[in-house]
Amino acid sequence: MTLDIILFAVFPYVAVVLAVIVGIYRYVVDRFSYSSFSSQFLENRALFFGSGIWHYALLIILLAHIIALLFTDAWAAFIANPTRLYTLEGLGVALGISTVVALAILALRRLLNPRIRTTTTVLDWLLIVTLMTQVSLGVWVALFYRWGSLWYMYTAVPWLVSLATFSPQVSYIASLPWIVKLHMLGGFVLTALFPFTRLVHLIAFPITYLWRPYQVVIWYARRRATS
Amino acid sequence: MDVRAQVSMVFHLDKCIGCHTCTIACKNIWTDRKGAEYMFWNNVETKPGTGYPTLWEDQEQYRGGWERDSRTGKLRLKLQGKWGTLGNIFYNPYLPRIDDYFEPWTYDYQHLFDTPEGDDQPTARAVSMITGQYMDTIEAGPNWDDDLGGSPVYADNDPNLTGFSEEERRQLREIGRLTFFYLPRICNHCLNPGCVAACPAGAIYKRGEDGIVLISQEKCRAWRMCISGCPYKKVYYNWYTGKSEKCILCYPRLETGQPPACFHSCVGRIRYLGLVLYDADRIVEAASVPDAQLVEAQRSIVLDPFDPVVIRRAKANGISDLMIAYAQRSPVYKFFKLWKIALPLHPEFRTLPMLFYVPPLQPVQATMHNGTYEIIQTGSEGLAPMLSALEQARLPLRYFARLFTAGNVEIVKEVYRKLIAVRIYMRLQKVGDVPEPEVREALRLGNTDPDEAEAIFRLTALPTFDERFVVPPLGREEAMETQFPSLDPVSRNYPTRKGEVGFGFRKEPARRW
Ligand code: SF4
Ligand code: SF4
Repeated sequence: MTLDIILFAVFPYVAVVLAVIVGIYRYVVDRFSYSSFSSQFLENRALFFGSGIWHYALLIILLAHIIALLFTDAWAAFIANPTRLYTLEGLGVALGISTVVALAILALRRLLNPRIRTTTTVLDWLLIVTLMTQVSLGVWVALFYRWGSLWYMYTAVPWLVSLATFSPQVSYIASLPWIVKLHMLGGFVLTALFPFTRLVHLIAFPITYLWRPYQVVIWYARRRATS
Repeated sequence: MDVRAQVSMVFHLDKCIGCHTCTIACKNIWTDRKGAEYMFWNNVETKPGTGYPTLWEDQEQYRGGWERDSRTGKLRLKLQGKWGTLGNIFYNPYLPRIDDYFEPWTYDYQHLFDTPEGDDQPTARAVSMITGQYMDTIEAGPNWDDDLGGSPVYADNDPNLTGFSEEERRQLREIGRLTFFYLPRICNHCLNPGCVAACPAGAIYKRGEDGIVLISQEKCRAWRMCISGCPYKKVYYNWYTGKSEKCILCYPRLETGQPPACFHSCVGRIRYLGLVLYDADRIVEAASVPDAQLVEAQRSIVLDPFDPVVIRRAKANGISDLMIAYAQRSPVYKFFKLWKIALPLHPEFRTLPMLFYVPPLQPVQATMHNGTYEIIQTGSEGLAPMLSALEQARLPLRYFARLFTAGNVEIVKEVYRKLIAVRIYMRLQKVGDVPEPEVREALRLGNTDPDEAEAIFRLTALPTFDERFVVPPLGREEAMETQFPSLDPVSRNYPTRKGEVGFGFRKEPARRW
């Protein structure tokens, strides 16, 4: 029980605070280090198979988690129909397995390609191992603890809401199998790792490109003078 | 009319001896760092040839620069649209790989000392500067095709030669396959840069005051679209820091009144630098005309720095009197706009490059007859073929048209006629063995007059250091001080942090996280 409290009522706050404080600190003090550190320039065949699938599949799965959390009622209504539930779960498992395979390709690439190996840091490896554990756990849970999209709404969602409202209630998830709990913990471990690793490229996603004019001209003096 | 100033350049290809001094000067100052070993912000390639990176001119492969929609006449990035950029951000299908440049290496010299005595000479094996492992075969290196003018591997694969007839290719191979010239290349600091437009992070920018194009190292997030977006492949990816880098036109030198290192060190004295004024309102218009009109369109947006209207508008835009005076003395203005003998490289990429080339004269004065090399005519008659046999120039004119005028052979001819006229006119002055009527004919064909010919000759052959490099007083510090009189260097109450507007690192450029 105390372990539950430490892991699921205290650690999440620690993780989020770390992410925000260190993330901001790193942005202010060492903005140069905010990069995706792409290695495509050194190797692009394995990356082609790994990177695209990894990112897209992961984004969709992540989005499903977030939608179910934010729009619980709509989500419940949507999966009330068994056909939709099965399709959704099937799709989820397929995407989940894709992320595992894609990440395996990327990890092997880092391990086996000497060029990529030299540009990989210890933190990169830590990140890869954590991500691999997390997505594998996710697939495991989806396969053997059916149906996740259903019980997620009555366990993880209220727990996350309790965290967000600063009245943490670990009782919602206390009786879940440990493997499911590990997946939940994994989410916050990744949050804690976020500011220390190349994961920061997540918040650097250049969405503003869509409305920015093509050409960028910077005036040294004039810019400030007009503002 | 939105008058802006641009530091721009002329390279006189007839004078380049291919010594690579410029390359080394640049390398030693800016790119002898980890991750930058393979970069040559300044490189000199042999033409015809495949260049660096290999086949960079082939935009079907690399998709650099802009494309004109033939129906609407509108410009779009050849790489992809904005949604395409975001969609391809996890994997850029058109990115060159390091092997398209070369894998940097050094040698295991220590082995020469450490080997025990034996029957064989020890060798220093090549070691990759990326992996640290031995490299059994070195497949490419800097200037791998240097001087291989007639090479069936390199010269014959020059993208500019696609569609050439056998006869044109034969001209190229005349005289023991020895025809080639050098093409030194740096970033063109374009008016409509593809690199800036392709960068989703907005990390690349053009400086308003002088037009220098820079990459903010703090804003770059390694999305690597700029490398594809630049048709000249003058943005390089630092594989160690995860940042793109490019030629900075030695702005720290310019701001202290010195020409860039590659200019300063140029042995052939082929390089000229000066300010030009241009109309920023017409950039897109000039970049959107049909191929054959591109050179003229670009010339038309470069403004006459003596025109009172231009001067008035320039001042209204904050360009100082001193800057205008420097623009009036600019050698680039003379070569490109006034004399019309300098041309942009590959204007069909539509980035409006601001580095101009005086194409090399490569006249045929001799041909192979029964296996011997015979000069056609000598003495004064020998000059006549120079004029009349322009079409027989050793490198087909169409080749230069591909390089410098987006295929417009007429413009290339005009340039050559003028260059030849200058030679014939000066021959009359110095040697005096050309009949007057012939000189008059040459000047007429070259669309020039004795005064202009003399001026071209002077700036080509005898320019002083200060005539070649009219480095404008960029005065960014001064501009800041007038704008912000209360700036205090002690308390450092600067309106922006320096790192936001320049290349300089305040920390070691390495991975720390
Ligand atoms: S030549 Fe220079 S300014 Fe032009 S597109 Fe390439 S990198 Fe950008
Ligand atoms: S230093 Fe000058 S002459 Fe030598 S290769 Fe460079 S541009 Fe040509």
